[in-house]
Amino acid sequence: MAIWRGTGVAAVNYPTGMNLGGDPSQALVHSTPTGNFMVTLSSVDLGQGLKQVMAQICAETIGVPTEQVIIDTADTDTGPHCMGTFASRGTHRIGNAVIQAAKEARQVMLEVAAEALEVDAADLDTDGTGNIHVKGAPQKAISIFDTALTAHFKLGRSISGRGMFLVPRSFPETETGAMKPSTCYAHACTVAEVDVDDETGEVTVISVKNVFEIGRALNPRMVEQQLVGGSWMGISHALYETTEPYYPNREHGGTDFNEYLMPGPGDLAETEIIVLERPAADGPYGAKGPGEMCANPQIPAVANAIFDAVGVRVDTLPITPERILRALKEQRAGAV
Amino acid sequence: MAKVPVQFTLNGEEKAEFVESGATLLKVLRHKLGDTSPKGGCHQGACGACSVIIDGELKLSCLTLAETCEGAAVETTAGLAADGVMHPLQRAFVDEFAAQCGFCTPGMIMAAKALLDQTPNPTREDVVEAISGNICRCTGYEPIIRAVLTAARANSQNAA
Repeated sequence: MAIWRGTGVAAVNYPTGMNLGGDPSQALVHSTPTGNFMVTLSSVDLGQGLKQVMAQICAETIGVPTEQVIIDTADTDTGPHCMGTFASRGTHRIGNAVIQAAKEARQVMLEVAAEALEVDAADLDTDGTGNIHVKGAPQKAISIFDTALTAHFKLGRSISGRGMFLVPRSFPETETGAMKPSTCYAHACTVAEVDVDDETGEVTVISVKNVFEIGRALNPRMVEQQLVGGSWMGISHALYETTEPYYPNREHGGTDFNEYLMPGPGDLAETEIIVLERPAADGPYGAKGPGEMCANPQIPAVANAIFDAVGVRVDTLPITPERILRALKEQRAGAV
Repeated sequence: MAKVPVQFTLNGEEKAEFVESGATLLKVLRHKLGDTSPKGGCHQGACGACSVIIDGELKLSCLTLAETCEGAAVETTAGLAADGVMHPLQRAFVDEFAAQCGFCTPGMIMAAKALLDQTPNPTREDVVEAISGNICRCTGYEPIIRAVLTAARANSQNAA
């Protein structure tokens, strides 16, 4: 009886968004009377930072500081249509809708500023700090605050825009089955190192080294946070989490989260995250969807590392000590 | 059911309430006193989201009866910021991106505060031990551990 060290590798090619009946998201942008910009969505921020990234995308497109953008994700009854926050689609689909809406709002904003400055809208640009000026003549300028007041109180215009992003449904070709289920793919690769105790069946993850290719990282710190958390969650899926902890009888299943096992702060593997940025042609500022993928490659990597360590293939998750011991027993029986 | 009078301080302020006998401190804090910083996760002492500090000790407010807090000093995350300036632990949690959905954060911060109040210069193992009763679904714990160590360093620099 001994502890065996093993190494496993796995790679994933991950589609952004989904291909059911088409994958649309919509966004509306309008200015308040004082030149802040409201982005109305019915998408939801689950904690991954959707609101922050949408504010960045809107601010970048209109040409204002991020603090001047307010994201409202209040209500699926009253907001513009969104398929939802899932399938790693949020940044890509909703971000593209926000860009389109913000472009239209920016155009109206420049038209209003052009009226106020008595110049052509095509000659105007934003400075990114809350002002609009004539290109090459920065002294000829108006603040976005005053531009919004002009629109609301003098011109009777709404500085607003509509955004719509739709990836149409792709049907397989009858003859070949070929189809295009996604317009862009993120990628990841994980190398996991484990120790397996062949007496107890216990697996200790020593290290996970992850490389993620996610298009442009629009907010690098939040991307890193999501990837670190996701890597941990991948290990959790591989070795711990199940609604049937008292296998094999379903009626002996867990009844609440107290009986739903996850690794705690004392069970952390040494974790390395490397981010590669290859901007997607159709992504908002090049972004793809890293969401679900961040917790995927660790699972087959850990399974492969266990095979490397003790020579058993466990293909049911989670890979519990019991499943490893049963596989080892079968292996020994086969060897005789 | 007969109500029971109870007085304690919440983040330094005197509080006096009539509470239902058997009501948990968590329920009284959230529903009577309007302090929603402690979160109700599992309501059976497994997740740590409801953690508060009572007379200097880390406690689970979902398992503490309010009437047992007579005369006690109760601290919650809501009382940490002073004059609009975040507590070093709050600052460090922000700087280290130690929250995603944020539901575990108040409990994590109170567990960390209870540690730093006793052990101002903890080792990584001390931090792991201190937060081992608190479950986090999003972060993978590493950013939280880093934040607590960062806050401890900030504290010791201020003290020096």
